Amino acid sequence: MKAIEDQIANKYKHGFVTDIESDTLPPGLDEDVVRHISRIKNEPEFLLNFRLKAFAHWKTLPKPDWAKLKIEPIDYQAISYYSAPKIDENAPKSLDEVDPKLLETYDKLGIPLHERARLAGVAVDAVFDSVSVATTFKDTLHKAGVIFGSFSEAAQNYPELIEEYLGTVVPIEDNFFAALNSAVFTDGSFVYIPKGVRCPMELSTYFRINAANTGQFERTLIIAEEGSHVSYLEGCTAPMRDENQLHAAVVELIAQKDAEIKYSTVQNWYPGDENGLGGIYNFVTKRGDCRGDRSKISWTQVETGSAITWKYPSCLLKGDYSVGEFYSVAVTNNYQQADTGTKMIHIGKNTKSTIIAKGISAGKSNSSYRGLVKILPSAENARNYSQCDSLLMGSTCGAHTFPYIEAKNPTAKIEHEATTSKVSDDQLFYCRQRGISEEDAVNMIVNGFCKSVFQELPMEFAVEAQALLAVSLEGAVG
Amino acid sequence: MLDIKNLHASIDNNKILNGIDLEIKAGEVHAIMGPNGSGKSTLASVLAGRSEYEITDGTVTFNGKDLFELEIEERAREGLFLAFQYPQEIPGVNNVYLLKAAVNAVRKHRGLDEFDAYDFLSLVREKIKFMEMDEKFLHRGVNEGFSGGEKKRNEILQMLMLEPKLAVLDETDSGLDIDALKVVSKGVNAMRSDERGILMVTHYQRLLDYIKPDFVHVLMNGKIVKSGDHTLALELEAKGYDWLLDAEAA
Repeated sequence: MKAIEDQIANKYKHGFVTDIESDTLPPGLDEDVVRHISRIKNEPEFLLNFRLKAFAHWKTLPKPDWAKLKIEPIDYQAISYYSAPKIDENAPKSLDEVDPKLLETYDKLGIPLHERARLAGVAVDAVFDSVSVATTFKDTLHKAGVIFGSFSEAAQNYPELIEEYLGTVVPIEDNFFAALNSAVFTDGSFVYIPKGVRCPMELSTYFRINAANTGQFERTLIIAEEGSHVSYLEGCTAPMRDENQLHAAVVELIAQKDAEIKYSTVQNWYPGDENGLGGIYNFVTKRGDCRGDRSKISWTQVETGSAITWKYPSCLLKGDYSVGEFYSVAVTNNYQQADTGTKMIHIGKNTKSTIIAKGISAGKSNSSYRGLVKILPSAENARNYSQCDSLLMGSTCGAHTFPYIEAKNPTAKIEHEATTSKVSDDQLFYCRQRGISEEDAVNMIVNGFCKSVFQELPMEFAVEAQALLAVSLEGAVG
Repeated sequence: MLDIKNLHASIDNNKILNGIDLEIKAGEVHAIMGPNGSGKSTLASVLAGRSEYEITDGTVTFNGKDLFELEIEERAREGLFLAFQYPQEIPGVNNVYLLKAAVNAVRKHRGLDEFDAYDFLSLVREKIKFMEMDEKFLHRGVNEGFSGGEKKRNEILQMLMLEPKLAVLDETDSGLDIDALKVVSKGVNAMRSDERGILMVTHYQRLLDYIKPDFVHVLMNGKIVKSGDHTLALELEAKGYDWLLDAEAA
């Protein structure tokens, strides 16, 4: 076990800082900051108004009361709300114009924009601190009629789409962090899939927080028109810092009639050190709106990072026969806390939802599943299946399950299963007796536990997720 | 290849093994019999390296190495295989995946190239057929939802694939119907070779009808009280164990 202990010290592999000049607003938040962000981005009037309305509302909101999380009060005036790598007036128009140091950062993260993207056929939009740096494969996508790029760009080029859809799934009044995000979001991704188009490749965004004391407030909007299909992946990392950093994103998905959106996340923000110092506060509002009949939205997430994770990717099942899915693996180690789950709101007839949530806790960490299945009176013949499994490693961690069910239509069928298990000494002994090292045995058992979620991930992400899991749980048994 | 000298072991301060001496040479098949609680399964567990047991005295040499200096997985890679009395279920992990990881770990240790997927699958298909198991077992979770007999066949399948130097079979016959017993025995007999030692721990003489041992030892109160050839097993079947206890006392 010594070898494993030795590895713990350098286990967060993405903890480097890129030395790059950045344009950063001084810490603090008032209306001027909101206006300033909008001005830097040269935004249309409606967006500024959207922000100001959100900010005015945010000021009236009480700070959230945490259910199962222990959080030091956050000083929202100590955070800088805008940080961009300093570049010339003109944003890079192609990869060649991107600062080589930035590209180097992405190389270290294992996403060389050139090669990996080309090899894998994945289009990557990379968000560094607050701005979107480069989008690969723009031309290929353009030919298919797909719009994929930074939110800022879209605000310039497709303001009518943004105006029509922004805030329609997650209204600014939704919650404290959604309101904050709506006021100060700096960039993010925008995807538009036209009617009948099957997006020719996986779309991918890579988020990274680099500058100290900044928050990252990205905003993602995905619109899938009638009969279209898209698979979208996001990955996240951040450097190691002693201070907690705030990440409060909002993601809105809209699926029209017969459209399908598959949204996958591998979240590996810096989790803090083994004593619970530092790490990212990951407070994210993600919601999908199945607006049309027979539409489908599927969330898959692998959450291994962050000091605190608070997110509930949800589905509003409005269209008849629409389908919502949530597949989640949440891993916590050391002093990490995760409170995650989903909400499935059944509104249309014959709507169906599936929830598979796997929580893995190690060290002194705590992980909670919190889910809501709500069947409205209009949702004839709604069906839900939920399965929540917790795996404990050691005896100092905790796992909790809070499934809420509200059924207001007597035809609803709701199934819920929950299990809690431990990686048993007997299982480890069995694997080791077959010649497999303890570390490999733990990984094997944990991966087996997560299998039903991993198989929902696109192939290359599944491999990455398995590797991340191994890193996150190094030294967790022994 | 295996030399046990004066082995004492206890669990939670209860002495279970009280001075076992046993030597197994390559090519030999030994059977250890004894009543419930005599320490048979403890001996198997101690050899494989279960950490609950404390070794209080004695030595075990395996292939010229001090067995107790080796980690559990190192013992396995050196060629010590334990067929479990109660094989573990590992949900979600493909049987074939565990098998491949195990075989390649052992091959790597022996300085052999890891199998590629094709060679591995051809070999495993051949062995699984020999064990009269359906190929679908390869893609089920390790022992997940297997019947008792299926689990034992799976243990022997693993043994055939891993080609150990010393196979320790812990009550492999328990819970088997006669057909399964025949198949399991066929697997074990196929493993008999001049280079391999086999140690069977069993409660009943029945198994020894199918796998004829070279030596039979009777374990009582953590000690070997009598050794002989396979006819000793027949004698035990007829007379039980008590007469040995009396002889011991006298």
